[in-house]
Amino acid sequence: MSAPISPPTTERARRLRTKLKDAALGYAFLLPALVVFGVFAYYPLYRLVYYATHEQSRFRNRPPQWVGTEQLVDTLRSQDFIQGLTHSGLYMIYTVPLGLFLGVVLAVSTHRRLKGIKIFQTIFSSTVASSVAVASVVFYTLVNPEIGYFKDVAWLDLSNPSSALFAVSLSSVWQNLGLTFIVVLAALQAVPDEMIEAATLDGYGAVRRFFRITVPLISPALLFLAIVLVVVALQAYAQIEILTQGGPAGSTETLLFKIADPRGVRSLGERGSLSLGLFVLTAAVAGLQYSIMAKRVTYGD
Amino acid sequence: MATELDHTSDGTAGSGADTGSGARDAPQRPSGDALRAVLSNLGTYLILTLLSIVILFPIYMLILRALSSPLRYIAAGQPLYPVDVQWDVFANAFTQANLGRSLWLSFIVTMVIVLAQLLTSTLAAYAFAFLEFPGKTLMFVVVIGTLLLPIEVTLIANVEIIRSLGFLNSTQGLTLPFLATALGVFLIRQGFLGIPRDLRDASELDGYGHMRFLFRVAVPMTKPLIGSFVVISFLGAWNQYVWPRFATTEDEWQTVQVALRTISSENPDQLNLGFAAAIIAALPLLALLIFFQRQIVRGLTAGAVKG
Repeated sequence: MSAPISPPTTERARRLRTKLKDAALGYAFLLPALVVFGVFAYYPLYRLVYYATHEQSRFRNRPPQWVGTEQLVDTLRSQDFIQGLTHSGLYMIYTVPLGLFLGVVLAVSTHRRLKGIKIFQTIFSSTVASSVAVASVVFYTLVNPEIGYFKDVAWLDLSNPSSALFAVSLSSVWQNLGLTFIVVLAALQAVPDEMIEAATLDGYGAVRRFFRITVPLISPALLFLAIVLVVVALQAYAQIEILTQGGPAGSTETLLFKIADPRGVRSLGERGSLSLGLFVLTAAVAGLQYSIMAKRVTYGD
Repeated sequence: MATELDHTSDGTAGSGADTGSGARDAPQRPSGDALRAVLSNLGTYLILTLLSIVILFPIYMLILRALSSPLRYIAAGQPLYPVDVQWDVFANAFTQANLGRSLWLSFIVTMVIVLAQLLTSTLAAYAFAFLEFPGKTLMFVVVIGTLLLPIEVTLIANVEIIRSLGFLNSTQGLTLPFLATALGVFLIRQGFLGIPRDLRDASELDGYGHMRFLFRVAVPMTKPLIGSFVVISFLGAWNQYVWPRFATTEDEWQTVQVALRTISSENPDQLNLGFAAAIIAALPLLALLIFFQRQIVRGLTAGAVKG
């Protein structure tokens, strides 16, 4: 190339030109994604704030009235929000520990060299193919109060307010088994054999080996899964609509169910306020998720 | 992995009993060890089989209920075997429940979302990995910030936006909010960052511009990761429920997942159609799971996926 011969000024000009071109290209490459994010993520957030701070006529015949934070505060203090929050929280309590536990049990029981183990691994990961809606229909055959196979089992009774949410949550546990199994098994397979062998030579029994060596090494995967399951629980909707429609007596109305409001009983202002509540919860979880993702990246896969 | 498997099944005299397949050389060794190995294997198989039954039982019930005549099955006392099997239930699901249209719509929507996400994510990832421009950090924060704004949070505002754009009940309405995803940008950028800087410098000397470098070098080198992203993007798009549920008001614009909700309002004697529809809705993903197991595992381990 001719660069070394040309005078320094043109060299600098050339570099500047490349720099400008790179910057322009950078923005051009970002533009499509930024437009989507702007219109369908950030602008909606602004609209939610608008809904929350304006009183909307339910029938859209009057212009919205600015009410400041009054509506937001009222909604977030209401029995409705507290109830939704409680149900979403219970949904997490029902699904996250049980899901993690079962995922570990399945993964540990297939993490060994045995003939035909692949068949069991495929069976255990099979629920990955099931969507929330499919899992809900599957559980319809099990817990529906009229035709479900387990309709007479008291602790799975969908028509009883004290057991309905738990029965619904089992569909999530089942549906997410494939995911938890796959992630935990991958983590187990990444544990170096030498470490297990060394611990065996040191006289560690199987139980001690598991809790002292294996669990610490797979803990990043477990933490990652815990967060994914928490997010899934926060976003539970289809299983509720398909299995209980929020009933009986509102006992399965989670936060998102109240926001989505399929029967249209809440105003846009209330739903906007509830959405901001969900936003704060999501932000807290996503913050945690990001810090974990960043750490995983540092260590590589 | 494969060689290790071979080794254990050969069961050489040294370690057969410990690794757990001592059956073949049982006569030569102290019978206590071999017996214990066989019993422990049997125990493992027993546990694995029990766990499999628990996991597969719900699926079995779905198939059973889809095949059985709904009313006769209940009249027979809900047994564990099908009653009055009707194989034409799957064909009927297509014609009566308009499942064909829903499946086609789901397929189109999924394809648009996957291809668009692939394109927007790859371009944005390239900008972050290989280009210098002012405000880069801020832009990255803007992208990552959307992780705080999943569709569930922005649902009601997005429905109003799509309504005001006149896109309720349309392919545009079903796809627009998902044409870009922070997860894709993040994953593919991570792959690009793994490409040695020297390679970019060398290809620059060869006269490669950014476009050529992107499509001839960067993308091919990141294929496994991009493949994983495509698979989990497909999973997410196909399985979506909340958005298509509220971005549509007419039955003919229901994706297959949303169509499944009609089960709760179906006549009791038509329930088998709904159960059959659920089986059909899961089949594409089952195929995906079988053929792209590696990509799914890598994709699921690399990032969160919503079901």
